[in-house]
Amino acid sequence: MENNKVLETIGLTKYFYDPVKFKVLTSIDLSIDHGEFVSIVGKSGCGKSTLLYLLSTMDTDYEGQILIHNELVTGKADKVLAQIRNENIGFVFQFHYLLIEYNVLRNVMLPGMKLAKYSEQELEHRALEHLKILGMEDQALKMPNQLSGGQKQRVAIARALINDPLIIMGDEPTGNLDKRNSDLVFDIFRELTVEKKQTLLIVTHDTDFANKTNRIITMEDGRIVS
Amino acid sequence: MNFKLILNIALHLLQARLKQTIVAAIGVTFSIAMFIALVSFMNGLNKLLDGLMLNRTPHVRLYNDIKPTEHQPITLAEAYQKNTNFIRSIKPKDIGKSIYNGKAIISYLKKDSRIIDVAPKITSSVFFNSGTIEISGVINGIDVLSEEKIFRISEYIIEGKVTSLLQNNSIILGKGLANKMLLTVGDIVKITSPNGNLTSLKIVGISQMGISDVDDVMSYTSLGTAQKILGEPTNYITDIQIQLHDKTIAPELSKEFRHKFNLDAIDYKTVNSQFETGSKVRNVISYAVGIVLLIVAGFGIYNILNMMIYEKMDSIAILKATGFSGNDVKWIFISLSLIIGFVGGMFGLLFGFVFSSIIDVIPFRTSSLPTITTYPIYYDSVFYVIGIVFALFTTTIAGYFPASKASKVDPVEIIRGK
Ligand SMILES: Nc1ncnc2c1ncn2[C@@H]1O[C@H](COP(=O)(O)OP(=O)(O)O)[C@@H](O)[C@H]1O
Ligand SMILES: [Mg+2]
Repeated sequence: MENNKVLETIGLTKYFYDPVKFKVLTSIDLSIDHGEFVSIVGKSGCGKSTLLYLLSTMDTDYEGQILIHNELVTGKADKVLAQIRNENIGFVFQFHYLLIEYNVLRNVMLPGMKLAKYSEQELEHRALEHLKILGMEDQALKMPNQLSGGQKQRVAIARALINDPLIIMGDEPTGNLDKRNSDLVFDIFRELTVEKKQTLLIVTHDTDFANKTNRIITMEDGRIVS
Repeated sequence: MNFKLILNIALHLLQARLKQTIVAAIGVTFSIAMFIALVSFMNGLNKLLDGLMLNRTPHVRLYNDIKPTEHQPITLAEAYQKNTNFIRSIKPKDIGKSIYNGKAIISYLKKDSRIIDVAPKITSSVFFNSGTIEISGVINGIDVLSEEKIFRISEYIIEGKVTSLLQNNSIILGKGLANKMLLTVGDIVKITSPNGNLTSLKIVGISQMGISDVDDVMSYTSLGTAQKILGEPTNYITDIQIQLHDKTIAPELSKEFRHKFNLDAIDYKTVNSQFETGSKVRNVISYAVGIVLLIVAGFGIYNILNMMIYEKMDSIAILKATGFSGNDVKWIFISLSLIIGFVGGMFGLLFGFVFSSIIDVIPFRTSSLPTITTYPIYYDSVFYVIGIVFALFTTTIAGYFPASKASKVDPVEIIRGK
């Protein structure tokens, strides 16, 4: 590999058509290297979430190109994209989305079971390791509705980690948490970059949070301004 | 695709909505149970009515019909070979009802591997003398043991025993006939044959087939007694009745024997064509009702799955965000539907069997059917196979549309919508 790029976009442009046609993202060129801890900031409504959904391959309705690990993902089939998400991208949402039908441990294991790289026992072991790092080991057998907001977010992070993804993306993962929990989540992210060289791309409107990251991308009206 | 995982997810989704799932499954259970009970009952009824008529009819019957000679002299005359000949007022020719060389034909037929058994018979119309009046009727001279083996005639004897016919000069009368003449077992009845012979016979039994047209005229006696009444020699028989292993070949065999023995032959299908129609109609009814019930159950499943998808939008979005493809999601919901169909269907089979067993013991007595004491049920594993296939098929169809809808859920919309 000639470079170290995990994620790259070339001229990413997106329109919304409802209620009127308008350009949300204008020619976004972006590149993230392995091991970087990047935050995206900007006013509410400037297109941060929209950009993240494009990068996560869940939204495919755009112009321009997205490359993950120097490989073009634009135009790939739904099945291939699902595979890419499963293997390479860990996602943490603002509203800690966990499957209410499964307990904590199973929630963490699920993307791993889909990937089927490890046996079930190995997966369980790995999931418990991750939960342990996040201080959630003793909650492993609880159901999601028995957890606090901060705890749910930690489970979501453990789930994002289970397949050793190239990059973890977060859309305001601390937006819904109090200061103490939000610091806790930040510390976890910090540790992940330092100890595991985990690449992170986190959207936030919390400037304290952003200031502590390696690199800040500022957006304004669908453009990257710095 | 990892079916174990997909099944596991489907099961967990179901568990979280256990009550709705059970309601959906009960719909399937109910329709399959009704289908099984209905089909078993209808077929029981068919078999009963078949038994009433078809089992009393030999698969193939050989006899001599009264009819005109097929080749009239003029068609044999060389001079008129190429002409179209019109002949008026042809009269049938009586070649006698007796089957020539009957014994030899019977022993030949008994060696045929397609044939279970052969029973000779003499049928003749006679007059029963009761006081000053004469009642017309029919006397059947039968080979008691063969007749019993083929037609289980003893089932229709309500008084006395069929084996009593083995005694000389004994007769079994149809119930209607006996009632008309005010005769019972042990009495003597006088019979006048077509050629004027008068014979006295002892009544040893009363028979009832359940068809009053038959019971009003029918009587049974042994071959020997019949020959004596009619004043015929001991090789005289008028019918040869043939019972086959496979009754479906009866029409072909009847044709074959017609040529081989130069006799008239008729198969049971031709005799009872209207009964077949009734059986078919009953079958169509039971399948139609079963299918209608299943369609209703299918709509139930469709509704519940649609509702479930609506409630599970978050879960679908998470699955998609974490790497499950639209196809995976579709299979999750199809398996969900299949689980409902399979579990509901299996219980349906079980309850169907229970319902049939209950119907089977409900008393049902009618004077026209002396051998029947309960409602008829026919048990056949084929119905159960059809039932479960029906259940799986309908639930798959019912699940397919909601499943495709689920596969198209846009996770971004859900995640953004919060
Ligand atoms: N589905 C949609 N249809 C039309 N407009 C949308 C849709 N989703 C978001 N928008 C608009 O796009 C802009 C960017 O939204 P978003 O990316 O969520 O902003 P941010 O995350 O930076 O707050 C907003 O003006 C928002 O109203
Ligand atoms: Mg946003």
